[in-house]
Formats: sequence, C-alpha cells, structure tokens
Amino acid sequence: MDLFLQQTLGGLATGAIYALLALAVVMIYQAIDHFNFAQGEMAMFSTFIAWQLIAWGAPYWVAFAACLVISFIGGMAIERIIFAPIHDAPVLSHIVIFIALTLIFNAAAGFIWEFTIKEFPSPFPAALPFKTNLIGPHELGIVGVTLVMLGMIFAFFRFTPVGLAMRAAAANPDSARLVGISVRKMLALGWGLAAAIGAVAGMMIAPVVFLEPNMMLGILLYGFAGAVVGGLTSPGGAVIGGFMMGVLENLAGTYLIGSELKLTFALVVIITVLLFKPAGLFGRVVVQRV
Amino acid sequence: MALLEVENLEAFYGPIKALHGVSFSLEEGSVTTILGANGAGKTTTLRSICGMVKTAGQIRMDGADIASKATEDIVRTGVAHVPEGRGTFTRVTTEENLRLGAYSRRDKKAIEDDLERVYGYFPRLKERRLQQAGTLSGGEQQMLAVGRALMLRPRLMLLDEPSFGLAPLLVEELFGILRDINQQENVSMLLVEQNATLALELADHAYLLETGNVVISGTSDAIAADENVRKSYLGY
Repeated sequence: MDLFLQQTLGGLATGAIYALLALAVVMIYQAIDHFNFAQGEMAMFSTFIAWQLIAWGAPYWVAFAACLVISFIGGMAIERIIFAPIHDAPVLSHIVIFIALTLIFNAAAGFIWEFTIKEFPSPFPAALPFKTNLIGPHELGIVGVTLVMLGMIFAFFRFTPVGLAMRAAAANPDSARLVGISVRKMLALGWGLAAAIGAVAGMMIAPVVFLEPNMMLGILLYGFAGAVVGGLTSPGGAVIGGFMMGVLENLAGTYLIGSELKLTFALVVIITVLLFKPAGLFGRVVVQRV
Repeated sequence: MALLEVENLEAFYGPIKALHGVSFSLEEGSVTTILGANGAGKTTTLRSICGMVKTAGQIRMDGADIASKATEDIVRTGVAHVPEGRGTFTRVTTEENLRLGAYSRRDKKAIEDDLERVYGYFPRLKERRLQQAGTLSGGEQQMLAVGRALMLRPRLMLLDEPSFGLAPLLVEELFGILRDINQQENVSMLLVEQNATLALELADHAYLLETGNVVISGTSDAIAADENVRKSYLGY
C-alpha cells in the first residue's frame, strides 16, 4: 500500500509537468486549430534562454519574466514570419513545418548551448514547512503553478472577449473577419501565449529532468497524451489528463510493464482515446447540423 | 448623399473575372435588392463590398473609400454581412455568437440592451441561448446570422439569400422582421435573394445583374412591372 501511495503521489508530481505542457498544447490548438509538434522544443529553447540570463547574473524572477516576454515575442514572430505566408496551405504543409521547427530548435539549442546537461534552479524553497517524504517542495510547487495557469487560461477563454474571439477566429476565420476580428492578430497572439505557457512548463520541468536539448522528448509525448485524453478543447480536461498520465505511467510502470515500455504506453493511450472517445474525456463534442 | 457607392467594380477569382464593371448606389435608409440568375455575380458583389474577394474599382461607404480596407476594418465602418450559408460559429453557444457580433464595440451597457433586443426579435434564440450553435436548425441559424449582424449596430446590412432553406412561414416572419429593422432602426439593406417576388416586396430599389453587369435598374415597382424581368425572374 505504501508503494502504491508513493507511486501515485510521484505520478501526480510528474503529471503536473505533463499537465503544464498539455495546457500549452490546448492553447495553441484553440488558437490555430492544429497540434504544434514543435511545442516541446520551443519550450526547451525558452528554458535555455532563461538559463543563459541566469548564467549572466540575472536573478531568477527577472530571468523568468524576461523569458516569458522573449518567448511571447518569439512565438508571435514564428507565426508572422513562417506561418502567415502559408496560412491557406494544406494541413500537411503545416505539419512539415512543425516537424522542421522541432529539429531546428533542437539542433540550434545543441549548437548554442551544447548537449551537456545543465542544472536549472527551482524557484521554490528547498524544504517544505511540514514534514513529508511523499512529495518534494519543487513537485508541490509545480502542481500549484499548474493549477494557477489553468485558472488563468480557463478565465481567458471563458470570460474575456479576446478569448472568445480567438476561438472564433480559429474555427471560422471568414465569419470572424465579418464581425470585425483581426484573424492575423488572433493567430499571432495565440502563438505568443502558447510559447509563453510552454516557457513556464519548460522552466518548471528543467529542475526535475535537467536542462539539455533532448529533455522534452518523452515529456512532450505524455503532454500530448494528456491533452488528447482530457480533450483538446478543454484546458481543465487537459490538466486532468496530464495528471492521469503521470499516475497511470507510474502505476503501469510499477505493476504492469516495467520502465522499457513507458513511451509506448503513452502512444497506446493516445490511440485508444482517439479510437473510442475522439473528443477526449472532457472535450466538447462538436455537433454540426447542415 | 448615397450611403454606399459602387463604381466600376470588377472582381476576380484567380484569373477568372466575375464582375465586369458593376456600378450602383444605395441611399441611406433604403432597401436595395440585386436580382439575377445563378452565377450573375450577386454573391460576389456582396463579398466584394466586404473585401473578401480581390477587386478593382471603387467602393465608398459614406463617401470614404473602403475598397482597399481589410474585411475586419470595413466591418467597423458599420457594414454587417449576413453571409450565404450563415457563417455560424458552430462550436460556441448561441449567445456567444451574438456577443461575437458585437466584438468591434466597446459600449458594454448598450451591447446588453442589444442582446435583449435581438432576443425580442427572435425569442427562439433566447430559448437556445446556451446551446451549441452548431446544433441549431437551419432556420434558427439563419435567425442567428441576422441577429449577429444586428449586434454590430450596423448602418448597412448585406443579406445574402436570407430565405435559403427556410420554410415559407419562417420566410414571411423573417422578412417582416427585416422590414421592422429597416423602418424602426433606419438600417439600410442590400439584399440578394433568389425569390425575386419577395425581394421586390421588401426593397424600394432594384438592380438586375447579368453575367457580371448591371443591365436594368430602377425602383422596385418599375422593375416588377418590367416585361423581361417578369418573364425571367418573377415567372408570370
């Protein structure tokens, strides 16, 4: 029973990481109606920028804030420079570019910062005010950050006109223009926000897995799985999906399949969900009458 | 002065020219209809005014050129387009669709009032306000499209086949509402409609479009009395 509890709580801690990345995935999906495969590598690159700023002597929170701003601008720049010109191109062209971006960011990070692993500081205190050996302070911090981010994103889409306009622009660009929404601004904003959320995810993940260009490899797959399980249209669902993936991964690893098949497990979950519940557990099923 | 002036309007779909120098104008407060067979360029004319197709020529709203503006900026001059196929935001609720219609406005209080006003015109929409808009019936989506356009507080509404796919009773109701909107709120309308009889009843002016050219224009009564129009479009 102790093992079970330990694994479950440990799963929640890693799940928080997946949940954060899943949030970034949901953000971009709501804004551009596509999966961005480069999301993980963009987050990794952002984290390196923060690391560099800290290495140059910037205090953590200054580096954190600067990294968010740089990532936001960088995300918008990617949309404006690369995706705006191919806006009307078929989905496959977009996918090819997503994959290209993944490789470019990975190689660029390796080129600039090398592939040796680096330590990334945690913003949370080294010890918890209460005594427990079930969950560490950084893990608890990530769970907190995840929930705060979820609240902000949920409120953005649910209660702000801009959030509603962003969903409208992604789903029906022509009609969006006809009500006065600038679709290009919404796309750029969506990319910027997704990049900034990814940066937060990266900076929370790096203290756990150490910073190196390939750090997102496995995590992104689980983040995607979390987003798909929870539902790509639901920020709350994506977070629950992320936590579920963390716990399932740990329990399956402990009791069922061992650690070799962990990544395969994420893929099996993605495929199973897509087969039987394509909208995810909490996603809105889109019904369209004609 | 005319609210909308179109001069020598040409429109292109890639290399294909769909309008060959169309000119017409629309007086403030009037309902003007564009008649014509399928493929005459009626929908293209409306899409051109909204900047949704590549055009040459002049389009002026209230004397100011809008031909070179982006769609979202044209909308902000008070032009609301009710597109063919309705353009519903299917994934969000009915009420969110209506709120999106008011996206370019900042007068929160008046937006709430207008929401109630639209619900007053279309009580069915109020019943369905929290329902996902994609699940509405065709007729309800048509009401929603008109309601969404009204939420802009438009000076000019461009209506593309508002009767399409509606049961006769609903068509009558919808056109009654359009007449009210025109008369009580002084919203000008440019109407494209397959049902020419219906269109000429609502409109005060009419233009007949044939293969991208205006061939006849005049008051609705004069057009309705025209021998050729009667034979070709009114069928009696």
